[in-house]
Amino acid sequence: MQRYKRLPIYCLLPMVLVSAPVFSADGKLIGTAGLTQIEGAGGGGLVPWATLSGYDSEDQISASSAVTVVDVDDYRLNAFGMSASFYDRAEISLSHQRFDLKSLGGTIRQNIVGMKYRLYGDVVYSELPQISIGLQHKQLSDTAVAEALGADDDQGTDIYLAATKVHLGAIGGYNAVWNLTARATKANEMGLLGFGGTQNSDYELQLEASAGILFSRNLAVGVEYRQKPDNLGLGEDDWVDAFVSYIPSKSVSITAATANLGAIAGAPGQSGFYLSLNAQLW
Amino acid sequence: MRLLIVILLFGLTTACVTSSQSLYAELGGEDKVDEVVENFITEIEFDPMMYDYFKDSDIGRFREKFTEHFCMLTGGPCEYTGDTMEQVHTGMEISEANFNHAVDLLISAMNKANIPHRLQNRVLATMAPLRGSIIYI
Ligand code: HEM
Repeated sequence: MQRYKRLPIYCLLPMVLVSAPVFSADGKLIGTAGLTQIEGAGGGGLVPWATLSGYDSEDQISASSAVTVVDVDDYRLNAFGMSASFYDRAEISLSHQRFDLKSLGGTIRQNIVGMKYRLYGDVVYSELPQISIGLQHKQLSDTAVAEALGADDDQGTDIYLAATKVHLGAIGGYNAVWNLTARATKANEMGLLGFGGTQNSDYELQLEASAGILFSRNLAVGVEYRQKPDNLGLGEDDWVDAFVSYIPSKSVSITAATANLGAIAGAPGQSGFYLSLNAQLW
Repeated sequence: MRLLIVILLFGLTTACVTSSQSLYAELGGEDKVDEVVENFITEIEFDPMMYDYFKDSDIGRFREKFTEHFCMLTGGPCEYTGDTMEQVHTGMEISEANFNHAVDLLISAMNKANIPHRLQNRVLATMAPLRGSIIYI
């Protein structure tokens, strides 16, 4: 029981990079589709954004996939996601996460189905930010750890509202992007440790934020922050990461980040790297 | 993480040293703008999607009006004597994808004229607000 104090984690990072220009053959500006976050939604690395996962414009459909590894002191997360976005309006995503307990041994798997709907705006062109609402339904396949730690449930649904804006040439001529997300959740360590727990069984509102600068059409640098609840009383920490994304074209991007995930399941100071490869299939 | 912050601060600092010259002057004035417009017209001519829109247009007039318009947007010493964006583009059924593609060609035209990335972004920032009066009208 005691050993289960440490658990999972991971996640981290990056975000999309919104770069500016380069609107290419179709669709949107390069970088405005950007990344697939750790739970499968279009976004940054750790945080879901108001942007959709693909480069589709109002007349197009796109499909993307992403592979992500987050490796910290005592844990490693592998995430594989697929998503489709429709007419720059809605996105559906599927993600499979595999969380390895490196020091304790064992694996926790989780599946996430996500949906996102753009309510307002265009991340680059509207005066106000682009705003989207989304949900992520999570189901644990391996529930033993969550149960042992005292989680209430092995499944849960997060609901979030996100606002994202790109400012062309805003910082010394470089394009800047920011994102703010408010998420109602019961998830412990993103759901890997179950939902709700001995200290709290209700939804709590958490804030998440990202900010970045595009140093060229292909290179973005930024930071992310993700607040988390502590339903299990294990001192669950907020997550922070700093990332660099390289976006050679609209079909591929690669993101590397350093992530500081704090205490996970009682194992303090979990930090390490995040690496993610995103591909737009069409 | 610390490096990141330094980079972000550096970005902010350079933002503050931007000169008070007009963007038009920073680009290099009339000669540079002419070069960009000429490159842009060449891009359009060799691009099937865009050429389709321009095949019946008077390119001489487009060159003159687009140059004036570019000059005006970037704070140069010109008066725009063409029609409004709505008047020009109404009925063309320009989609969001067409618009983004045109911006892509303009970026390519600026690249070929060696306009620095940061100035390119500022040019695009002057055009972004016009999108609503160009697409889907
Ligand atoms: C920020 C984007 C754009 C700006 C600033 C812009 C500006 C202009 C200007 C200043 C003119 C000349 C007006 C006149 O002759 O009085 C013009 C003409 C024209 N524009 Fe645009 N335009 C933009 C986007 C587009 C796009 C996306 C398309 C098509 C895909 C397009 C198609 C045309 C055509 C075909 C003409 C020539 C019309 C004629 O023959 O009379 N424009 N535009």
